[in-house]
Amino acid sequence: MSKEAILGSIRAALGRAADAPVPVPPPARIVAPEVSQEARTTQFLEALDRLNANTFHASTPEEAISHVAGLLAGRAAIASNSPLLAELGIVSMPGVLSGVMDLETLREEAEARPIGITSADYALADTGTLVMLASVAEARLVSLLPPIHIALVPREKLLSGLDELLERVPKPAAVSSSMVLITGPSRTADIEQILVRGVHGPGELHVVLL
Amino acid sequence: MKEIRAIQPQLHPTLSDEKLQLAVYTATGRLVDKRKSTVAADVLPEYQELRQQANDLKRHAIEHLDYYLEEFERNLEARGGKVVWCRDGKDVVDFVLSLAKRRQSKVIVKSKSMTTEEIHLNDHLEEHGLEPVETDLGEYILQLKHDTPYHIVAPALHMTRYQVADLFEEKLHVPREEVPEKQTQIARTILRQKFLEADIGISGANFLLADSGSVVLVENEGNARLSTTAPKVHIAIAGVEKVIPRAQDLATFLKLLGRSATGQPLTVYTSILSGPRRGTEIDGPEEFYVIILDNGRTKVLRDADKRQALYCIRCGACLNICPVYRKIGGHNYPWVYSGPIGAILTPQMEGLDKNPWLPHASSLCGACGEVCPVKIEIPRLLLELRSDIEQDKASRGEDKLEKLGFQGWAKVMTNPRLYETAGAAASWAMQDSGSEGWAKHLPWFMNVGPVKGWSSERDIPEPAAKSFRQLWRERREAKAEQ
Repeated sequence: MSKEAILGSIRAALGRAADAPVPVPPPARIVAPEVSQEARTTQFLEALDRLNANTFHASTPEEAISHVAGLLAGRAAIASNSPLLAELGIVSMPGVLSGVMDLETLREEAEARPIGITSADYALADTGTLVMLASVAEARLVSLLPPIHIALVPREKLLSGLDELLERVPKPAAVSSSMVLITGPSRTADIEQILVRGVHGPGELHVVLL
Repeated sequence: MKEIRAIQPQLHPTLSDEKLQLAVYTATGRLVDKRKSTVAADVLPEYQELRQQANDLKRHAIEHLDYYLEEFERNLEARGGKVVWCRDGKDVVDFVLSLAKRRQSKVIVKSKSMTTEEIHLNDHLEEHGLEPVETDLGEYILQLKHDTPYHIVAPALHMTRYQVADLFEEKLHVPREEVPEKQTQIARTILRQKFLEADIGISGANFLLADSGSVVLVENEGNARLSTTAPKVHIAIAGVEKVIPRAQDLATFLKLLGRSATGQPLTVYTSILSGPRRGTEIDGPEEFYVIILDNGRTKVLRDADKRQALYCIRCGACLNICPVYRKIGGHNYPWVYSGPIGAILTPQMEGLDKNPWLPHASSLCGACGEVCPVKIEIPRLLLELRSDIEQDKASRGEDKLEKLGFQGWAKVMTNPRLYETAGAAASWAMQDSGSEGWAKHLPWFMNVGPVKGWSSERDIPEPAAKSFRQLWRERREAKAEQ
């Protein structure tokens, strides 16, 4: 029907037969530079700084935990089911809800609580990006509905950039129904090109590097 | 000097609105600077290489479009998504309506999509009692105002915060607020409820990945993430030309798109969505549809050369740099796509006879071609289209007067005596007519028919007292006397 009509007019326009062979496409351009762990860390923190995200480089788990406690300041939060957050004991901090597995509860709680806490599957050093793959460990809404997002990222998750990510995960579809790259707090410049942070996603982003 | 007059009468209000002129000039200028600072050779040495790669990939994908669309469909359906093939806007509306009826949905949240502007999707859905809500801040403002996008990337570029304040006060019945932060908060609060209420979310698509059946969305606000995550159904609407071969090609395209559009190495959010929520995932849509829309695109495909207009990734860089766009703004272009890319897409999609002036709305300075991240040869295509339009006119016999004019012109130019007589007549007719060295009016024979279009836009210097031929003759006579 419509499918045949559209494909038919495409083939007619291109002068191609339905089963005509397709040459190999130009090779994908993936150029992942060698960057030392040290340099990745510096780049990542600097990039986040430029994006107006808050960063904290924790040298011990205890430092990370007390930093998060300071950020929470007694406020309610929802934490993802990431094993890292459980290991660190974040999930048992006062006011933190975790272990949500059903959609209705997730929607209500993530909407009601001002802070969402997640880990990240990867992070990109050159652009200051968090890479979130939707899974049982990381629901999409935790980093989306609350106005404040805190992400705890182990150093070994730091990749040099987009190229290294696509080298590691050549087909995001094979891993998850949703891969989201988060580069800084939500923003807009739709009114007179004036920068406003926190439109629909979190306007405040805290990244704790472990 | 003559007062400013325009090619098209509808341009007058834009050209004489000083505030609007300043707003458009400032906003586009800022976007030009931002782009420049992120593609400069010292920050992105591989920029030219990326452009070439993007062009190669787009060419390959477009030349084998049927193959990649079918590959996309296979891969998406293997993961539980569904492709809906639509020839035109009616097909799209019929599909959305039947889905909404089956699910008994009312509120539909929408993230920014120029493709849905092409087919006036919101109007049609509203006619049938549905409530489509634009959730991109700029688009939301325009929906309240019943206005159309002014710019591919910055839809409400023409509005001031004071106009937004008036609009919110009138339509949303909220206390007047002139600060953009506060205005944004008002919109956020209202739209958050819509996101949670909506059963269907509609998005556009920046790219479709053939090898993985994924839809890629690029944005800064988070409204596309919410539109595709909170509702139970996600419908992505994509033109046939959006498909690229592999997920890995994003390493090329994402680096170009954000930089060219807003000067961001990556936009705040990039979503790569591949079908509905899977087994153990906690959230995400239950149903996932990708509408693949033709709506005139296969017409563009017929021209082996000009089909490169379909490589466009909608970054808006050619609008920002275009001296014509910066002067006449986005609303004077006859269709959804404005600026240089609009000038080459619109005639090809809508028909050459509809807006024959469009490819002429260019100074041919070449800037659009230089900034295009996928290297579409916009300046050359503009010339090709001008030629096509003239041939099209000739084939319909609409060029008779023009032909006659040029025949007359040729006669005058090739006959010395006629030339001199005509020159003397023109000179006499324009004598003492103007001021400060410019002729005030032209003789009638230079101000009629096809010539008028040319001469009415140009200042003509006052004729010299004596023509060159006259001076030459006098000189020779004087020499002979010596």
